[in-house]
Amino acid sequence: MKFSKSSLLASVVGTALLSTSAFAAGVHPETGEKLADDQTFTYRILDEHSSFDPQVNEDVSGSDIARNLFEGLYSQDNLGNLVPGVALSHTVSDDNLTYTFKLRDNAKWSDGKPVTAGDFVYAWRRLASPELASPYQWYAELMSVENADAVIKGDMKPEELGIKAIDDHTLEVKLTQPLPYFTAMTTHSSTFPSPKWAIEAHGAAWTKPENIVSNGAYKLVKHVPQETAVMERNTNYWDNESTIIDKVETLVINDENIALTRYLAGEMDRTETPTGQFPRLQKEYPDQAVVFPRLCSYYYTFNQSASGPEEFKDVRVRKALSYALDRRVITDAVIQEGQFPAYTFTPAVTAGFEVPDIEFASWSQAERDAKAKELLAAAGFGKDNPLEFDLVYNTSEGHKKIAIAMTQMWKQKLGVKVNMNNMEWKTFLNERKNGNFELARGAWCGDYNEASTFLDLMDSESGYNDGKFNSAEVDQLLHDAKSMTNPQANYTRVEEIMADEMPVIPIYHYTEAYMMNAQLKNWPIKNAEQNWYAKNLYKVAK
Amino acid sequence: MLSYILRRVAIAIPTLLLLIIISFLLMHAAPGGPFTSERPLPPAVLANIEAKYGLNSPIYVQIINYIGGIITEFDFGPSFKYKDRSVNDIIAHGFPVTLTYGFLSFAVAVIVGGALGIAAALKQNSWLDYFAVGVSIGAQVLPNFVMAPILVLVFTLWLGWLPGGGWNDGQWNHLILPVIALSTSYMASVARLTRSSMLEVLHTNFIRTAMAKGLPYKVIIFKHALKPALLPVMSYLGPAFVSMITGSVIIDMYFSTGGIGQFYVNSALNRDYAVMMGITILIGGLTILFNLIVDILYAWVDPKIRY
Repeated sequence: MKFSKSSLLASVVGTALLSTSAFAAGVHPETGEKLADDQTFTYRILDEHSSFDPQVNEDVSGSDIARNLFEGLYSQDNLGNLVPGVALSHTVSDDNLTYTFKLRDNAKWSDGKPVTAGDFVYAWRRLASPELASPYQWYAELMSVENADAVIKGDMKPEELGIKAIDDHTLEVKLTQPLPYFTAMTTHSSTFPSPKWAIEAHGAAWTKPENIVSNGAYKLVKHVPQETAVMERNTNYWDNESTIIDKVETLVINDENIALTRYLAGEMDRTETPTGQFPRLQKEYPDQAVVFPRLCSYYYTFNQSASGPEEFKDVRVRKALSYALDRRVITDAVIQEGQFPAYTFTPAVTAGFEVPDIEFASWSQAERDAKAKELLAAAGFGKDNPLEFDLVYNTSEGHKKIAIAMTQMWKQKLGVKVNMNNMEWKTFLNERKNGNFELARGAWCGDYNEASTFLDLMDSESGYNDGKFNSAEVDQLLHDAKSMTNPQANYTRVEEIMADEMPVIPIYHYTEAYMMNAQLKNWPIKNAEQNWYAKNLYKVAK
Repeated sequence: MLSYILRRVAIAIPTLLLLIIISFLLMHAAPGGPFTSERPLPPAVLANIEAKYGLNSPIYVQIINYIGGIITEFDFGPSFKYKDRSVNDIIAHGFPVTLTYGFLSFAVAVIVGGALGIAAALKQNSWLDYFAVGVSIGAQVLPNFVMAPILVLVFTLWLGWLPGGGWNDGQWNHLILPVIALSTSYMASVARLTRSSMLEVLHTNFIRTAMAKGLPYKVIIFKHALKPALLPVMSYLGPAFVSMITGSVIIDMYFSTGGIGQFYVNSALNRDYAVMMGITILIGGLTILFNLIVDILYAWVDPKIRY
């Protein structure tokens, strides 16, 4: 990727303008809006994040924090496009296997040391090393970094990983196979640089507020586990001049209803809306209730492995069950947060993905129901011989409501008898992984914004393919797509096969519904991955 | 007395050991593990992690290592979920929080509940009695998971007087709601227990004798009646004190205090074995300790009891 000279120039000029009088007057330099005096952004997180260490963290709330504390090679703009982070640009070799990144020379750590290519080399080796044993080790392998596989297995030393510093501001990464979306993967927090000197001095305690050194727009000043983390501006950050939010605070609140009460009491600027309450909140607080698409799919998966029921090995049964579900009822009457009924596995908002024309998506629900009855009868099930199976989901009020709606539709339209079960999360994961289920709930959020993050689940070798769907054609299409410049044709074909074979029942594509302080501006609602950066936000005066 | 205490302590050690072993086995028997996740880890990655935390050795070796670590270095192990912190860190941070609001709630429950109970018993069948009984029944039917939202609704959302959660280093205004929410139902129990046992004592022969002797009322109540009346209350207060200072899950979750109750529940859901074990041992140890203290207090209060 190259960033055009003019856009670079514009950002340089913009930065220069920002540092002059505009701020003193408390006015946004570009929009001219009057800024609030208190530029603190406080938001709720569901559960304490696992770590501040970018290579160790494994959850979404931790990644959100890491993006504010650290800066990787590339960042994202409000639309999810790549913009320079520590890297200004990069070049790719002719065989698409070697990436050379040019790093900016004005990037600094919060202790004033310059950010160098060596800090990335150190971080990536750390990520892959068995010694650190990060739960995100596999990300190095997913990025196809040379020797990542062997380093993780302990067959090679971390020093043999395919990343090296040519000089302080030039970084070279070698891949084992061409990966068109490789640079997009460098926005993930596990690839952020880490400060060797601080880690060596303090060990695992390096992330404590008194020890941490970070290179992002903010630095950690306070952390009270299970309560709050407070971040303030890193004055050494290269773009500190154009940052407006002064302070970022997280509040850990486990229950969404309590969080809503505290939001309404004015304790924070952002919280998730509790299930089913969005329509009411939207009516009462039209300027604060916001909803936007997410890069996630909600589905049910058939167990087609040897341990699965015979009935589900018949494609007519799988199709009948999928057709008979009125997805509109689930999205519009049950959850009511503007979710998108799904007929493909990959969400429409996925970057560069064109939703293929799936036949049953274009039918009316009455047509789908008629077809479903016909298919189930052809498979030998009817009033005298009703289909019966077990359905399992992880314990949650929301999942329960959806499961009840589904079983009712099947019962009324097809006379199918479903036994509903729910399980505590870890037990559920364990049972699903081990194939001890018939029909199980599933949900998947993209690790990066490209269709393969979803479709790879259908690969027969995928560790996430719990239903054990197995199609040689799909495997080949997915494999070939990895090295294609435009793999859309392959993705279309995979989705068509999925509609023909129905290994999973896609139900809906997620939205995110928030209550958001009306004074808070520039939230990236069009970034489907919801990779947000507090440095791009600002609060206007009341 | 001393030999009694020593005997009790000697029994406490195998009890704790048994608690550790049973909890350890039960925990490992639960399906899934600390590293079971929606994105199952590739085998090589899982092997590295299990090696790092010693989860790859047989379970009896894990138990021995665990107990060994506690005895030799007082090390309760690392948290599997919160990777920057050890169990010792988590308890060192969370326990003082729980201890603070638990102790305050205990004080409120005992002082207010005790006073209500005594007052009601002394003025039996007066408006004061009806009021005290009314309050304690009202408080009893409002357990903390009902109290907490009501308090937040009134004092945070409507009146805007107090924060709806957070700890803020134990600043007084963050303490009020959790303390009220936690203490009310205990307070009600204390009030009812005190009232009924006080009434019972007041009708005994030795009090009647004291009255007949013409002792001052104050002396009869505080010197003769109060001590025996507190016996049943005390046996209730021992376990109540432990459950209050080791944290109420509801209070922790509702008010985001950062206390250990929250960690306890989350560690069970996350299969964070070491954190779960650490807090289990803490609660177990405290329960044993306070049962012992209550027994010793018994001997002090009731001269009929001899060890």
